[in-house]
This record gives sequence, structure tokens and C-alpha cells, in this order.
Amino acid sequence: MTDILMPALSPTMEEGVLAKWHVKVGDVVKAGDVIAEIETDKATMEVEAVDEGTITDILVAEGAEGVKVNTPIARLAEEGGSAAPAPKVAEPAKAETPKAEAATAPAETPKAAAPTPAAAAPAAKSGERVFASPLARRLAKDAGLDIATLKGSGPHGRIVRSDVEAAGKGGARPAAAPATATSGIETRKVQSLADMGIPDGSYDLIPLDGMKKAVARRMVGAVQNVPHFPLFIDVEIDALLAARATINALLEKSGVKVSVNDFVIKAAAMALKAVPEANASYSPEGIALHHNADIAMAVAIDGGLITPIIFKAETKSLSQIAVESKDLAKRAREKKLKPEEFQGGTFSVSNLGMFGIKAFSSIINEPQGAIMSVGAGEQRPVVKNGQLTVATVMTVTVTCDHRVVDGATGARFLQAFKPLIEDPVTMLA
Amino acid sequence: MAVEFDLIVIGSGPGGYVAAIRASQLGQKVAIVERESLGGICLNWGCIPTKALLKSGEKFESLSHLKEYGLSASGAAFDFDAIIQRSRGVAATMSKGITFLMKKNKIEVIEGSAKLEKGAAAPKVVIDLKAGGSRTVEAKAVMLAVGARARAIPQIGLEADGDRIWAYREALAPKTMPASIIVIGSGAIGIEFGSFYRALGAEVTVVEAIDRIMPVEDEEVSKAAQKSFEKRGIKFRLGCKVTKVAKAGKGVQVAIETAGKAETLEAEVCISAVGITANTDGIGLEALGVNMDRGHITIDGHCATNVKGLYAIGDCAGAPWLAHKASHEGIHAAEYIAGYKTPNVVSPIAGCTYAQPQVASVGITEQGAREARREVKIGRFPFRVNGKAVAAGEVDGFVKVIFDAKTGALIGAHMIGHEVTEMIQGYVTAITMEATEEDIHGIVYPHPTMSEAMHEAALDAYGRTIHL
Repeated sequence: MTDILMPALSPTMEEGVLAKWHVKVGDVVKAGDVIAEIETDKATMEVEAVDEGTITDILVAEGAEGVKVNTPIARLAEEGGSAAPAPKVAEPAKAETPKAEAATAPAETPKAAAPTPAAAAPAAKSGERVFASPLARRLAKDAGLDIATLKGSGPHGRIVRSDVEAAGKGGARPAAAPATATSGIETRKVQSLADMGIPDGSYDLIPLDGMKKAVARRMVGAVQNVPHFPLFIDVEIDALLAARATINALLEKSGVKVSVNDFVIKAAAMALKAVPEANASYSPEGIALHHNADIAMAVAIDGGLITPIIFKAETKSLSQIAVESKDLAKRAREKKLKPEEFQGGTFSVSNLGMFGIKAFSSIINEPQGAIMSVGAGEQRPVVKNGQLTVATVMTVTVTCDHRVVDGATGARFLQAFKPLIEDPVTMLA
Repeated sequence: MAVEFDLIVIGSGPGGYVAAIRASQLGQKVAIVERESLGGICLNWGCIPTKALLKSGEKFESLSHLKEYGLSASGAAFDFDAIIQRSRGVAATMSKGITFLMKKNKIEVIEGSAKLEKGAAAPKVVIDLKAGGSRTVEAKAVMLAVGARARAIPQIGLEADGDRIWAYREALAPKTMPASIIVIGSGAIGIEFGSFYRALGAEVTVVEAIDRIMPVEDEEVSKAAQKSFEKRGIKFRLGCKVTKVAKAGKGVQVAIETAGKAETLEAEVCISAVGITANTDGIGLEALGVNMDRGHITIDGHCATNVKGLYAIGDCAGAPWLAHKASHEGIHAAEYIAGYKTPNVVSPIAGCTYAQPQVASVGITEQGAREARREVKIGRFPFRVNGKAVAAGEVDGFVKVIFDAKTGALIGAHMIGHEVTEMIQGYVTAITMEATEEDIHGIVYPHPTMSEAMHEAALDAYGRTIHL
């Protein structure tokens, strides 16, 4: 009898959603067979059988959320092995650790309880450490309260049991299905659509998958937590377009095609190196100035958005960036990215130019200090030396986290960025 | 009359002197009134001198176990007077330490008996000075830390008479070693005296009104303790009512009634350990209209009474009657009076009994949880399988822990065995910091220590113990 454990899809993964079972009890599997799909915030991955045998128990139901890494999710009897009675399947709604009961021992022997997985500290995500007693954390979690929103009455403002109990009685209880993670988001009662005047049955409901929830959580958190402001600048890209044509002609044989966005990524990375204060993150311990410009590029995918990363973009050539971004975007759309390929990043670039959007300002991608929004390159009348002429102009917006990147810093970054884009030869310097 | 002090503390026991020091640290001008010896009962006639006696008893008794350790000695004997003198010497040393601390913290010590009278900001304190005469002092606040004394029940003759019927004072400094003793009451005080005198060879019988010894402890601990004490030769009479205590010739007779059956026990002396009475009489509380509850002063969460400027801490303000509870209240009240609104840290008060074996506990008992209909998870671990305990030859006893089944909060811990009084603070810390089972399971306990049993007991509550 072998337990099949919840796999870690990345070194930092702590839990995931058991999205789908491809096997049922009684199925015979061999090594390499896909038995389940696991969904994390942004990726879905297949779990393959390592051994061959018969599935005797499914311990975690399809759709179960918050399944901790290394908890048994199914049991496999090797050929000829005796099958154990099937224990209860965990309720999908609960993220309970399945009990390893009734494995082989008779019913009367005391069962060895599985280790309780550690509750993830909510603070880790929001950036600000929340001081709370272990019991307070657990009670808050059980009550669906966001501990970060509570006021502590203990020593040094530590949140203690009585604070959580008082909050629980205060009527500020969140809805039945609270968001699992917290980022300093005020818990509030979630009104149903019917409450807000949209009758049931007048719409189709798409259930929230891991990605939708993650995007919702991160965006709400960013808007609420980050004092953000946009800076706009127009850049002329005629020279860039000419350079792009030359480069692409050169690269034609190799099949690589450099996009405007690749230039933008490269120029942004170089500008970040020139103005390192803009390549920064806020943390309670201080402002982190990142050593590398790891540029996250927003890719629209079915059902949401993902931001794969060009790491150390400042060290890469345009063609390298072109090859990488194309590959990342393709695999993003196939939901085949590895978590380490989209987690992190020090700066983001979002481009809606291909949709004809003139200008927009994106929401900060925490903990990054700034995000660049790139509009469409279009011919506009411009005045040069008193003469009205036509140029291809693109409006670029940088949304800044004012705790890290203030107006002057953001402006210096754009000042460094603009000449690189307008005269791309300088990127070779 | 001018207000001379910010704070006057009445009583210099572990509540009063600690409060005085804390207030002084916070820049307050403080006086402390003591009618007898600095340090109060704890240092002079309680906690400290009894520990000195018990150590003598324990060391003497250990001589009869030398063989188990491959040792031998001959001519083992004790000098009773020297044992008592050592205990008195320890008390004197500690009291001298308090004199030093008062001086260091510039606290004025006023020797005499205090009485309260109506005052302005706080009641006036009128002191009948030891040196003669009287002195009236006024302060912005007055803190009563007057403590308690042994409870007497004169109706049945249970009252220390300085001869055959003893309370703790007499039991701490007797002229001769009694050959036989009846201890009335099996709480910490009764058990400690019983344990000490038994160690020196006295015939000891402990009489208890309810059906088990050490009534505040967990039932399982009570049973184990009784077994251990009986092994040492202490006899117990449980579930019996004492109807009469009287001197009879050179000894004492104690009439008891067990399930309607009357009986008379005889011994050379009788030690009364039937609880305490707060020292709240004769200090003018009635005239001030201080709210009282069964002889104890009623206080709020900051130790304030209903009378303006009057605070009360420690034994005189209610159970548990323990020095560390008094100190904690004293510190909190001193800070509050000095204007520091510190958070009211609610730490559970552990109880320790320094007999052989020792008993230590904190929080709820199993039967307490049952009565409160709380769902609990209970873990136990015996010292018999703990490496350090086996090596030290101290295998008696166990650790028992109680967790709230719903929240995983540690809510009770009960220990019996060698030096468990030194270990209980681990659980006190855990409870105070609101640890859950997860936290305790994750703590790395050093090996080899008897404390490892504390880890194992917590693991056992969740079916995860390693060494059982």
C-alpha cells in the first residue's frame, strides 16, 4: 500500500487545489499515467503515477481547495496487495487534512494523527508582519476573519484571543466563503447579486477558479494597500520601427521576430539599471533595491491573466528577449508555465497597443514598485521646432508605488527610458 | 496635612514589596508599612523557610536510597535544631535582601501597624509605630497588601495554641521533633509539612474532608500523589469531618467522623492547614465602606477597590492565595497607579507543591473541563520511560496536558514527579502566549531532560507520542 502525496509544483508551493481526478477507485495505473490535475494560483499541472498498482482510495475529493503539500491524496495497492477499506472522501469544501485512519490496523488501535500543517502566516503575503498569538491566528482562520484587520490589545499591540473573539461578536463577520489568503483586505460582507438587484437566472455563473481568485485577491490588495499614481509620457517610435525592420530582416533566417514589446522590455530593463531606485520593492524592513531587472510581462490567457518573467532582462539581447517572450506567452496560454516562471519579477510591462488602446494605467503588481502600461503606436501630429509634422507616437504610462517610487524617481526613470526607445541604437551602448 | 507620598503600600510580602519597587522604578515616591518582618509571610514564615526544611528532609531521605546508586554511607542522622536553624537563617537572609532592595529603590520603610481613615485623594494611613507613638501619612494612592493568616476554627478547637496544636508558624520552628503528627487539610501546606516530617521519620496522618487529597489538583494527580505518599509511609483519612481537636495529656486528640462513624485519632501534635483568613479585620475597612466578599476585598481588573485611591492586591483580595499572583497584581496595580495603562496580560497562575514527589499544575483540570462541558484532548506521558528520569532514578510521576479540542489551545497541565515545579513554567509560557498544540509539537526540547515528557504528553494528546 502506497500513499500518493500532494506534490509540490514549485519549491515555494504550500497548497493547491485538487482540480480533477483522472482515475477512480479500482483503476489500474502504471507509472507515468496522469492521475490528477493540481491547480495552484496560476498554473494547472498534471500529477503522474510513480508506481503501478490499483487505486484503492481517493482521499481528497475533486475540487478540494487548500490541500497541503505532502498530504496523502490517494492510495495505491501494488499488484497483489490487499486493498484497505475506503475511508470517507473529504468534503470538497473543506481543506481538512485527510486522516490516515484505517490503513492496516484494526479499528481499536489508537490512530496516529497526521501532523497538522502549519497555518500560513497571512503577513507573508501582504508584506507587513502581523503580530498575533498562534491561538488568535487559528481562531481568526476558523472564523473566516482576516487577522490583519484586527486590532491587538496584547503587549506591543499583539493580537490575542480576546481580540479575535470580540471581532467575531462584532457582527463584522465576512461571508460564508471567505477569501483564503489575506493581504490586509478589509473583510466585508459580500452581497449576493440578488441583493444588488440582479435576479437569479438572468446570468450564467462562471465559478471562480484558482487564477480568478488569485487575480481578484491580488488586485484588491494592491489597490487598497498601495498608494499608487500614474505618470504619462509620449515616445516617438519611428526610429524604433525602422530598427526593428532592419533587425528582423537580419534575423529572418533564424525565424526570430522582434516585437515592439521586446524593445520596450529591453529599454525598461536598461532604464531600471540606470535608475535603480525605480527597480525597488517596499517592505516593512526597508526598501529593497533589486539587483536585476526581472521584467514580468502581462499575458492575457483564457480565463485571466498571467505575468511570466524575463529574468535579468538587462543582460539579454533583443533576439534573446524575443525568443523567450514568445515561448513564455505560448506556454502561458497553454497553462504550462512552471510557478517559478511567473512568481517574482521586479517590474511589469503590460501592453494593450495591439488593441488600439491609446493609454491606460495598470494596477501595481505587488511587491513591485512600478508597472508600465504601453499604448498603441499611432501616427500623430507633433510640433517640432515650430513645425507641425507627423510622427509615430506611443503613450507609455508608469504606475508607481509612492512608498518606493515617488514622482521625481518615476520621472527620472521615464527620462532614461524615452531616449532608449526613441533612439534604439543607444541600447547597444 | 501634606501629601507626602505618591503611594503607600501596606504590607511587605511578595505582593507589597514588589509593587513598591515597581512604583519606585516608575518615579513614584513610595512608602511601605510593615508590622513584622520585611518580606511578609512568604519569606519569613511561608514559601522560603518551608523549602529549606523540605530540602533537608529530601536530602536525609535520599540517604536511604544510596544503594540504588551504588553508594553507601553509615551513621546517617539529623540534627533537628540545626535543620530548623538553617531554615530560619534562610528566611533571615532573604528578609535582609528586601531591606537592601527597599534602600536601593529609596522606599521609606515604616515599621508599625497601619489603619485606614477617611482621606482626600486616598484614605489616610495611621501607623501605630513599632518604636512607639503614631504617625499619619497621606498619599495619592494606598495599596493594601496585607495578606492572610492561617484559618482557625475555634468552634471545634482548631486554633493554634503554641503547644500541641500548630499552624504553619509553629510547624516551621518547633522546639522538638514530634514523633507523631496529624495534619488537618491536604492542600499544599498540609502536604508539604506532612512530607517534611515524614522524611525525618514522624508518623504522619493526613485528614482530608473530601474523598481525595490535594483537592484543587487533577484527580489523576491526586491519586498518584496519594500512592506515592503512602509508599513513603504517610497515612490518609479521606472523606472525614473533624469534629473536635483537643489537647490530651502530652498529645492531642482529633475526633473525626467518616460516613457517620465517629473515631478519635491521637498524636503528639496536630498541624492545622485548613485554609486561610484574609487580614482584612481591624484596619478600618468597614468605616471606609470598602466592598468585601467573604472576608476578601473586592477589586476590579486593575486592583482598584470601590474607595477612591485605595487598591488591594494578593491574598487579601482573593484566591488563588499564591505569592506569584500577589507579585503580578502588585506590578500591574503599581503601573496603573503611576499612569501606565499597560495591557492586562492574563497569565494563568500555576500552583506548586514541594513535597516528595512534587506537584505542579496550571489551568483547567480534566474534571473541570468535564463540568464545563468542554471538548478536550488529553495527553499523558510517564517519567518511567523518560531517559533522564530513568538515569536519575526519579521515575515516579507523569505529565498530563489538556487541549481544547476545537481550537487546539493548551488549557491545562498537571505534573507530578521530581522537580516538576521547575518545569511547569514551560506550559505557563505556552498558555500565556496562547500556544496551540502545533506550536508545542514544533518546539525542540533538549535531550536528555525530564522536560521531554512535556513534549511527549502534548504529542500524546494528538496520538503522536514517540516513546510510548
